[in-house]
Amino acid sequence: MVQQTARAIRDDIAQGRASASDVCRAFLERTQALNPTLNAFNHVAADRALARAKAIDAQRAAGASLGPLAGVPIALKDNMSVRGMRTTASSKILDTYVPVYDATVVQRLEAAGAVILGKTNCDEFAMGSSNENSAYGPVRNPWATDRTPGGSSGGSAAAVAARCVPVALGSDTGGSVRQPGSFCGVIGLKPTYGRVSRYGLLAFASSLDQIGPLGRTAADAALVLSVIAGADPCDATTAREPVPDFSAALTGDVKGVRIGVPRTFMADGVDPAVLRAVDDALATLNSAGATVVDVELPHAKYAIPVYYLVATAEASSNLARYDGVKYGHRADDAKTLREMYSRSRDEGFGPEVKRRIMLGTYVLSAGYYDAFYLKALQVRTLLRRDYEQAFEKVDVVAMPTAPTPAFRLGDKTDDPLQMYLADIFTVSAPLAGLPAISVPCGFADGLPIGLQLTGRFFDESMLLRIADAYERVTDWSRQSPAI
Amino acid sequence: MAVLTVADVERIAALALLELTDDEKQLFTRQLADILDYAQQVQAIDTSGVPATAHVHAGQRTERDDEPRASLPVEEAVANAPDANADAGLFRVPRVIGG
Repeated sequence: MVQQTARAIRDDIAQGRASASDVCRAFLERTQALNPTLNAFNHVAADRALARAKAIDAQRAAGASLGPLAGVPIALKDNMSVRGMRTTASSKILDTYVPVYDATVVQRLEAAGAVILGKTNCDEFAMGSSNENSAYGPVRNPWATDRTPGGSSGGSAAAVAARCVPVALGSDTGGSVRQPGSFCGVIGLKPTYGRVSRYGLLAFASSLDQIGPLGRTAADAALVLSVIAGADPCDATTAREPVPDFSAALTGDVKGVRIGVPRTFMADGVDPAVLRAVDDALATLNSAGATVVDVELPHAKYAIPVYYLVATAEASSNLARYDGVKYGHRADDAKTLREMYSRSRDEGFGPEVKRRIMLGTYVLSAGYYDAFYLKALQVRTLLRRDYEQAFEKVDVVAMPTAPTPAFRLGDKTDDPLQMYLADIFTVSAPLAGLPAISVPCGFADGLPIGLQLTGRFFDESMLLRIADAYERVTDWSRQSPAI
Repeated sequence: MAVLTVADVERIAALALLELTDDEKQLFTRQLADILDYAQQVQAIDTSGVPATAHVHAGQRTERDDEPRASLPVEEAVANAPDANADAGLFRVPRVIGG
């Protein structure tokens, strides 16, 4: 049962071959058995999930029409609001926070019949690349439990890889869906900026944040994206672009598709095993009918500084809301308002969040704004233009998702800059607003490797089509960790 | 530039309303200096005449008709507050004026 894809589960339930309740119980059992090892979930909502599953079974028994995700268990990163369900963003400052409204993605998932199994562990406020910045301890990688699952959506990726859920949602600001997807050997899709509503997502960097699906197949990612995508009056940055049926894009055919590879950008610092796996994947796609050509992204090498200047500036503003007044932790016995603010924030935020608030405050402060923040926004424009030029001759740009397979827990925790540098391949797509996907494309010493494809604005269909065609001729996506 | 001092870190912490311990001040001074030193490479790029991208879909029209609609009830709006008077619909904070 737990090996099934979301599509197969939905079909089995719709056609009476399985009950939503049995499906829910099977995945809950798996989750409860593995979570002590993986720490992938901050909260398992067993009773609520079983009640929802029972309601789906009742709907079917009554002959009512079922939604496209009817009975499909799903896990949500713990930075998405579910009314009545504790939501912490893995931060002590929100340890007791219980949202009073649903995120738009939650409304849409539940209207489609999805069964929310629980909230997954992540880096605090989605700030991190290893899930080690969680107030509730790191997640362990199902492929090797001494390794990180990646971050920040590490819990969602680990839960999908370990078959605790067939699909999950993460949020991606600088790679937080794609990089854990790569480290855990699952598909991770960051949609185009504005494709999915951010209403009810706890904000990190508002010009970059985007919710996206993690799953084991492109078809499952397409299914979930079709449900959560689309304009939302509660998020003014959602695009009014029509939402296609992403599942219909999965033709299995990549003939004539043009893939660009930024060789110069990939020349340094990539693990040879990763480079080999990516080259093999490109050769496979080439044999399937795609053409592979070199492209240049001259400003991509600056994407790390640009990203960390822009994202931290936005974070310093967004996280000003945690003041101990409206929700969240408040320090005891503060004598003045200012003391209450400062002490509540010092006690509530972890070190990486403080570091980023500090960095963001610095680059926005008088005397540094032009040299750092404004300059970064200008280079962001140059980076966008690089992609525009590349898309004049290719349909997607391919590169590794991460320069290495999953690194060991503790490897980079003492040196934030080294941790940031590992995001080199994922940060440019969100800066340019473009959709990007990580697709499992091999292993090095038993650890998964991901191929990243970045597409044109609103062309998630192309990414899913290539990912699906690639899955059909390889078996990386069908590998399962021994856990 | 970008050689950061403990005094700079104290100034930023005050702006960000973060009360840091002495250890945190020392650590952040070193780590933020490293990061800023690395980030300085953007300053060498010629960006004359290049507009800033603060947002990739800037310019999208987002107005709607100005019609009243339902919003969060007061008791729910204050439900997560560490100290609230729900009946009055108020958040309580330490004294701001006088005292």
